[in-house]
Amino acid sequence: MASISRADVEHVARLARLHLTDDEIDRMQSQLSNILEAIETLRDVDTSQVGPTASVIQLENVMRDDEVRPGLTREAALANAPLRDDPFLRVPTVLEEGR
Amino acid sequence: MSSLPLADLTITDAGAALRDGETSSRELTDACLTRIERDAARLNTFLAVDAEAALRAADEADAALARGEGADRPLLGIPYALKDIFVTRALDDGGRELPGGLPTTAGSFILEGYRSPYASSAQERLEAAGAILLGKTNCDEFAMGSSNENSAFGPVRNPWDETTVPGGSSGGSAAAVAGGQAYFSLGTDTGGSIRQPASLTGTVGMKPTYGRVSRYGMIAFASSLDQCGPFARSVRDLALVLGALAGHDPRDSTSVDTPVPDYAAALTGDVKGLRLGVPREYFVAGMEPGVEASVRAGIDTLRALGAEIVDVSLPSTDRGLATYYIIAPAEASANLARYDGVRYGLSAGAEELWDNYDNTRGSGFGAEVKRRIMLGTYALSAGYYDAYYVKAQQVRTLIKDEFDAVLDTVDAILAPTSPTVAFKIGAKVDDPLAMYLNDACTLPVNIAGLPGISVPCGLSDGLPVGLQVIGRAFDEATVLRVADAYERAAGFADLRPPAPALT
Repeated sequence: MASISRADVEHVARLARLHLTDDEIDRMQSQLSNILEAIETLRDVDTSQVGPTASVIQLENVMRDDEVRPGLTREAALANAPLRDDPFLRVPTVLEEGR
Repeated sequence: MSSLPLADLTITDAGAALRDGETSSRELTDACLTRIERDAARLNTFLAVDAEAALRAADEADAALARGEGADRPLLGIPYALKDIFVTRALDDGGRELPGGLPTTAGSFILEGYRSPYASSAQERLEAAGAILLGKTNCDEFAMGSSNENSAFGPVRNPWDETTVPGGSSGGSAAAVAGGQAYFSLGTDTGGSIRQPASLTGTVGMKPTYGRVSRYGMIAFASSLDQCGPFARSVRDLALVLGALAGHDPRDSTSVDTPVPDYAAALTGDVKGLRLGVPREYFVAGMEPGVEASVRAGIDTLRALGAEIVDVSLPSTDRGLATYYIIAPAEASANLARYDGVRYGLSAGAEELWDNYDNTRGSGFGAEVKRRIMLGTYALSAGYYDAYYVKAQQVRTLIKDEFDAVLDTVDAILAPTSPTVAFKIGAKVDDPLAMYLNDACTLPVNIAGLPGISVPCGLSDGLPVGLQVIGRAFDEATVLRVADAYERAAGFADLRPPAPALT
């Protein structure tokens, strides 16, 4: 029942922006199916009266004055960029020219 | 002074010797560096070491000690190691590399060469306490693993037996403390990544309450579960480190603003009248008989010390694994979206942006990280979100409520840390589910956000076993008190791995 198809694996890899080789897709298909089978045991738990927990602590809004504080300098923020065109990050082509 | 070699002392003993002038921070640092160098190839614990910077800091600490500043600074001059999940500042404001700045990799090729422009809160706090940073320790990639075999830079080996794993994901930090390479270290624990390696290496390791220690500058895996904590050679040592780390940090919105007690003062050695619960669900099939025997003997020791041992039940325990392996990968898949080859880290150099994302991530992440990104993305994808992710969050509520109800009736819970002792390198790498089961006794504690410690409770087949003590939220003091009383009575405090065979 918890089997995941090759097309499912390819679809999820596309969503995750993750290139997988053919071998990786094969292995992922069988391993994810096994893991999902173990995970699907949760279906038997009655949670009809139970709310979800996203965090164990009660988060509250924290207010502070809108003051200027030191942060990262531009140079420090750009220093690790694989491609840069100062003072910007450079990215590969997003849209083809003329579109 | 103890009869142990200098590199194997506790912080408590080394600190006393420092303040009495019997040794110096430089000598302690040298002792660690000598072990690090001797065992670099044998154990593979460190990914980066800066000996010069450490010795320079040690000399400064010695000067401060000479001025009498050691009295209320128990970590002054004590060398330590940071898991390579904590960023360490390596760039100045001009973006130039700082001398002595250490790289940060998270055990991943995707961050190879990364130099952080800022420091983690953990590093800042320990620096303020006067501790000496030796270097960054090896770990499972992005803290995902239970054996340290998922590091892009090779597995760490257990100082107790080099053919076995040290546990994970904080395997390097655990092995460094066990092997006399650092007096204490920091790890991160999302499902057991401090407590399980502590158990497998015969060290003390604690995951504090979620929100107790700042996560600022700690590379994120699963943000609702991740917590930072120490490894040490005694419960007292660990209490000293936790005291330096704990407290509110406005830079981490999940850090809780609540008073930090004097943890060392909580170590009274007395557990008379404390009620300690033993959940029957934690003693299940699959547990090694030698582990069960050691843990049961540990419980008997606490009973003999005057604690009241109570049989309790946490019925949803066996749902923990499934709950965890939905929530943690889901959060990881979102957190790891930032590794896009644009702002930092590896870039595949493809000509088109979408190809560059795919290829950078496809070549930069290792197999386990890919598996978890896929699992998490699947659980969050259209049509599956309610069935998997919301369902897991609901079961999370059940698990947490059961812990809270039991902890209303007992002061702390006793359990095994890991169902097995250290296993052979390679034994579980092809079976992700078998690997995940290593954390069956630890991950429910992350799901509930509670504090938990692993303290050595003997050997099985010559390898260490850990007893886990779990407490109420923000009641680390009681957890430490129980673990310390046990440690004093049990007689395993001086356990150290055998010295390596000379070749």
